[in-house]
Amino acid sequence: MSKRVAIIGIGTTGFRATTPDVSYRELTYEAAMKAYLDAGVEPKDIGSFVATSEDFLEGYSISDEYSPDQLGAVLRPIYTVPGDFIHSLASAYMMILSGVGPISVAQGLSKASNMLTLSEMVTFGMDPIYNRPLKESPHAVAGLEMARFLYETGTTREQCAKVVVKNRKNALNNPYAGHGVLVNPDYVLNSEVISYPLTQMDISPHSDGAVVVVLAEEEAAKALCDKPIWIRGIGWCSDTPGLETRNWAEAIYAQMAAEMAYKMAGIRYPRKEIDFAEINDEFSYKELQHLEAMRVCKKGEAGPLTEIGGTEITGEFPVNTSGGCLGVGNLYELNGGHKVFEVVQQLRGEAGKNQLKNVTTGLAQSWRGIPTTTGTVVILSN
Amino acid sequence: MEITKKMVEKTATKLTAEEILEGKVLSVKWEPKLKYAWDNGPAIGRYLAELKNGKIIAKKCDKCHRIMIPPRMFCELCWVPSGEWVYVKDTGIVNTWIIGHVDWKAKRLDIKGGVRPITLSIIEIDGASKGMGILHHLGEVDPWKIHRGMKVKAVWKPPEERTGSITDIKYFKPVK
Amino acid sequence: MRRVAIVGAGLTKFYRNTQETPKELAYEATKMALDSCEMKLSDIDCVVHGTAPDAFDGVHMKGEYLSDGSGAFRKPYMRHFVGGGTGVLSPAHGWFHVASGMFDTCLVVAEEKMSCAYPHPAGAFITIFDHTTEQALYPTLIYIFAIEMNRFMTTHGYRKEDIALVAVKNKKNAMDHPSAQLPAEITVQDVLNSEIMAWPVNRLDISPTSDGAACIILAAEHVARRVTEKPIWLDGVGWSLDTAYWCTRDLYYPDYLEVAARQAYKMAGIKEPSKEIHIAEPYDPFTYKELHHIEGLMLAPRGKSVQMLVDGHFNRDGNLPTSPSGGLLGVGNPIAAAGLMKVIELYLQLKGTAGKRQVPGNPTCGVANAWGDLMQVGTVVVLRS
Repeated sequence: MSKRVAIIGIGTTGFRATTPDVSYRELTYEAAMKAYLDAGVEPKDIGSFVATSEDFLEGYSISDEYSPDQLGAVLRPIYTVPGDFIHSLASAYMMILSGVGPISVAQGLSKASNMLTLSEMVTFGMDPIYNRPLKESPHAVAGLEMARFLYETGTTREQCAKVVVKNRKNALNNPYAGHGVLVNPDYVLNSEVISYPLTQMDISPHSDGAVVVVLAEEEAAKALCDKPIWIRGIGWCSDTPGLETRNWAEAIYAQMAAEMAYKMAGIRYPRKEIDFAEINDEFSYKELQHLEAMRVCKKGEAGPLTEIGGTEITGEFPVNTSGGCLGVGNLYELNGGHKVFEVVQQLRGEAGKNQLKNVTTGLAQSWRGIPTTTGTVVILSN
Repeated sequence: MEITKKMVEKTATKLTAEEILEGKVLSVKWEPKLKYAWDNGPAIGRYLAELKNGKIIAKKCDKCHRIMIPPRMFCELCWVPSGEWVYVKDTGIVNTWIIGHVDWKAKRLDIKGGVRPITLSIIEIDGASKGMGILHHLGEVDPWKIHRGMKVKAVWKPPEERTGSITDIKYFKPVK
Repeated sequence: MRRVAIVGAGLTKFYRNTQETPKELAYEATKMALDSCEMKLSDIDCVVHGTAPDAFDGVHMKGEYLSDGSGAFRKPYMRHFVGGGTGVLSPAHGWFHVASGMFDTCLVVAEEKMSCAYPHPAGAFITIFDHTTEQALYPTLIYIFAIEMNRFMTTHGYRKEDIALVAVKNKKNAMDHPSAQLPAEITVQDVLNSEIMAWPVNRLDISPTSDGAACIILAAEHVARRVTEKPIWLDGVGWSLDTAYWCTRDLYYPDYLEVAARQAYKMAGIKEPSKEIHIAEPYDPFTYKELHHIEGLMLAPRGKSVQMLVDGHFNRDGNLPTSPSGGLLGVGNPIAAAGLMKVIELYLQLKGTAGKRQVPGNPTCGVANAWGDLMQVGTVVVLRS
């Protein structure tokens, strides 16, 4: 691939548990306006748009029909990816490489607060013949995975609790985050058991919000932007959807997505060549499991690294400086969007109180949640 | 390569509805119990509140000067925030219409038994910009006499029955 | 930008109800496509999947559920959708996976199993409308298409009996299609006498609900030349969406399609579509839609398509054969799979392997389109031999 592509504009509404004052239309419009302003572009300058949505989260069938207006994309090339935000980012990236136009936009939205039966919705995503009749809750699936992960890696519940403490503390200093709080590990360990070993505090609470990102090919990026953040590698992968056939201890989908991105970026030693990461932590143990899948840690070493503070903002390899899903909120399809947003802010030096010093390369990783084994990774450099 | 009958024959097995309903082929039932409470935002929120008052409100775009209905916080064509609120009339003209013989679940209506066909139409509202229509039903008219450009007026529910919904207007009826 | 070719295709039989699960249908189409060009799953770099609302198959995140049936196990896999336009967007989505240089080969799968929605898939359509301003009026798809057909007819002065010829032509063409669900020899009178669904739409103006799947394989030029002697080139793709405020558009003309078609024609270097295109598969879920789309694709002047239809211009042996497959009216309409079925028809026709359906005169350039959502989506592909 000869062309280089950079992120030249980002915009968000921030993330809150509820957003009763606006509809999905105004939510995206705000994020889009900020992103276009940030990039110095207008809708007419943009060659293609990609929206992200899933029908049952939005409450619309073929929810893509409501995508163009808020983005200024009426009668323009736009379509929808029912995937993670980073899938849409990858689509927008590939469209630039294919010559559809030098500037492309990816959008994601969460109005999870309007979906009153989130648990029933996730159960509706299970295999209709094999799994659904068992009527297991989605958290039972997370509990199964957490148990196997702890067993195979020797990770402890205390180490998972440390992830919760760290991320919700980081969120306190992130003005966009909706769920910051100071807690101690005992509070996490003693919170209500949902599906042992998973407790209430191990689960990320939901949030609303929107993110829009503007991408540009090298020439346009340099002309428009002082601080382009380059996409060095991007990867995505789906393992098996079957609960019966998957590897419960290792996140194979995340490993394969990461290796695809590393290969593209020419990264061989992620721990050394990457400065920090935003990792999917929809459940506390997922941060540790995903860190191992990223090869930042060897199997069984992410827990101990967290325990000694190695993933704190002041640590050797900061993880989820934004507060992650645990502190920002579970944004469903938009989870990758807030990860990308934070990595770009850090690389631009705009992360406020949580700003890391001297960082040049960051990684954003996401997962599509229960019951999927689909993951995405993007590596960005300033 | 040609795709032949022989090739596609093996790919799918035909079932009749009876085979499923009579249990000759086993199936799994699932009724998703999904509930939503949508935030309407300022534009549609005011639109509904005004319907409850027996009025129709639109919003103006200061750039293209369109008076837009339903009202919206931004003009989707100019892509700028919209401007002032404008009351429009509760009359309009029929842009296009249907004479429905099935309901929304594709179940046939008993037209011969006296059930009135469903006459859904797009009505261009007077006072809004040309072509700005809303979806609504027509009433008090022979379905087969509806025509393009027909002048119509809203028939409102009594104030005490209005809930702040598009159905606060019962239907539109022809006027001279 | 790299040139991308279609090198293989697979299609299931379409039925109202199939016993196969959604995954199994996707598998059957994918397997046939791989076999058709003697490729293995290990030769495939990535997978894209087009499938429309989750409400049909009855699974939340159905793209995830369908992934292994579509051969995506441990591969980069991405789903996309634009309602009914999904099937023809699918090759476009696959196209930039390959044209970008990220991948050399891509499986493009489309699947829909509408019969899962009970008692009738039409019930699922209520949730496509605006939840506040429209759903309370209980609209459905048939109504809004009838609304559009009425506007199209009254603007141009078209007559129902002329538009009905589309059903006659397409259902007859489908007699030769192996996957067809509703092939038939019917007359205009049969269409006019069939039950009224929502005037001006009668039962025979509408395509059926169906279960089915389709698959094509895309390859970069250097791979395509190795795999097949006659690659069919994906030379133009285009897609666009009009506003979701569909009641405020003039429905008589599909602007969204013209925008998408111009994008695709520009990419393919087509300046005079009505002269340079030999064969078309315009999207025909309803009779009038084929004509509406022929005008939007600029293959006929506005307001002239019906006369050309009556004159036999669009017959299989006419100047510009349209829907030689039999279209959605004849072959069936498993939404996304039906769109891809149309692309597969062009592929077979341009390759010269359409069997009894082969149009005369060795066509070398074809166009297909699809349409959907709130009558606002245009997706277009241009293929060349």
